[in-house]
Amino acid sequence: MPEIRAPQIPSQKLKTPAAQKPAVPAVPSAVEPSLVRRFLLARGNSAFADRGFHWLMVLCALSIFGIVALILWQLVLRSQLSWHAFGFRFFYQSFTNPETGKPMYWDPVNSLFSAVPFIYGTLLSSFLALLLAVPLAVGVAVFLTEMCPRALRGPLAFLTELLAAIPSVIYGLWGVFVLVPLLREHVNPGLIQWFGWTGLFNNDNPTGLGFLAAGVILAIMILPIVSSLTREVMTAVPHSQREAVLALGATRWEMIRMGVLRNARIGIVGAIILGLGRALGETMAVTMVIGNTPEIHRSLLSNGSSMAAVIANEFTEAVGDMHLSALIEIGLALFIVTIIVNAFAQLLVWAVTRGAPAQTH
Amino acid sequence: MGVGIEVTNLNAWYGANHTLQDINLNIPASHATALIGPSGCGKSTFVRCLNRMHETNPIARVTGSVRIGDLDIYAEAKPVEIRRRVGMVFQRPNPFPTMSIYDNVAAGLKLNGYKNRRSLDEIVENSLRNSALWDEVKDDLKKKSGASLSGGQQQRLCIARALAVDPEVLLMDEPASALDPVSTSKIEDLIFQLKAQYTIVIVTHNMQQAARVAEKTGFFLNGRMVEFDSTHKIFTNPSDKRTEDYITGRFG
Repeated sequence: MPEIRAPQIPSQKLKTPAAQKPAVPAVPSAVEPSLVRRFLLARGNSAFADRGFHWLMVLCALSIFGIVALILWQLVLRSQLSWHAFGFRFFYQSFTNPETGKPMYWDPVNSLFSAVPFIYGTLLSSFLALLLAVPLAVGVAVFLTEMCPRALRGPLAFLTELLAAIPSVIYGLWGVFVLVPLLREHVNPGLIQWFGWTGLFNNDNPTGLGFLAAGVILAIMILPIVSSLTREVMTAVPHSQREAVLALGATRWEMIRMGVLRNARIGIVGAIILGLGRALGETMAVTMVIGNTPEIHRSLLSNGSSMAAVIANEFTEAVGDMHLSALIEIGLALFIVTIIVNAFAQLLVWAVTRGAPAQTH
Repeated sequence: MGVGIEVTNLNAWYGANHTLQDINLNIPASHATALIGPSGCGKSTFVRCLNRMHETNPIARVTGSVRIGDLDIYAEAKPVEIRRRVGMVFQRPNPFPTMSIYDNVAAGLKLNGYKNRRSLDEIVENSLRNSALWDEVKDDLKKKSGASLSGGQQQRLCIARALAVDPEVLLMDEPASALDPVSTSKIEDLIFQLKAQYTIVIVTHNMQQAARVAEKTGFFLNGRMVEFDSTHKIFTNPSDKRTEDYITGRFG
């Protein structure tokens, strides 16, 4: 019955404009087409508009490539001066300070530039961030997907994701006014006293700024992305995998380890690398707490700088052409590295989640 | 060796849905028992109550008692201990895709911290032989992943995985319903051999399958067990009109 009734309703609606001829039989008259038929015939085939729409959308899609190519081109073009002066040595050279005899990397006055301390600062703060954020993020994801009472799951997931919506300058302010004093007064003295022997915590910087502060801030900032992606890949693991492990007599933790984390591990690695990509490029919050000194120290409590931080910090004041060019070359290096890291990470996450709906059984 | 199962006044719920009502039956040791009935009649829920998998769903609830051997599984044991004694094979084959064939079979033992490597090799081989998969996979035990096998092989791998922990009872929830006829007949042959050693409870939609492999058959309808008797009697001379209607294809 429903199959028959369904088409009847629209046909009745269509008839209403042509209600002058109520006694028209179901067989259409060959002589005079109905009002609706004439209206539709008059519309044409819209081929021109459709083609226009097609090309407009193609243009929108291509503009993404265009923008990336333009950025790359400008970065390459504007960093030529520094590239010709230093070549590839830009990424590993160091100079000697004529007065102190110590190594020196960044001297705008004498136009001596090397990216080494910034690469070091970027890598160190990012890996510190991963070290702090990954266990926490995976823990949050495990709790949210496997253990959390249903009523709490939504709000908690929402809050974690809300962390990603906070502007990074706010994180920077919080870092300057809350985190740095906290580290200075309460955390750093303990680290120096208990772990000073490792050489990683030297008592030579009373400000509280430095690599550690940057690492902690970054950890909080990448927590949401790592945690939400981990949650996504864990949710993509079919329920039957969990049951298979449980049926073998697994405890809840064993079920999570063998049935969930093991199946999701490639995606979790992807989530971590994506977090790394975020950390590498993060600028404002890091600039505010890292200390902005172009130096290399083993101590995590020392001041340093990062690739993004030095650009943000010095770009407006760079008067010399070579200084500007060196900053842009750092930008180019950062651009290439973050693009590669992000592409790789997306690939890994995609590898796990793509087959998810088909696997669910 | 298998042990008998004694079910008394078993009731189960999903939320407000009373899916099993007052189930009483005795499943004999070291025999195959089939459970038949239309979709949604509660037979799957029933087997999931036998290893306490039912309660892994947060809205599920169970009352009554189930004795497996001399153990009252709801009063005297934790779910984890029971599931080590009661193996389960699911409707869709679910091998661990990130593990080799060997690790799939050894998963239950490794999970419980079993370390003796030489005896592990032996157990893996015996389990695969018992599930009639050994000859097909012996050359790439550690090379191929569990997911690289065909559907029928995957299901036999899952049976081997369940057998490796030497269970007393093997629960099978429509183990052949996702397989082709050739794989299905292999699984049925397997059940026929295994029932000498293990108590097997098999849920099936396929009445010929029940008739072929099981000594006892229970007919479920709307959450109640209508009739439980020898397979021969159920299929030739059922005492209940509803059983007769079902097996003659008048509904369901």
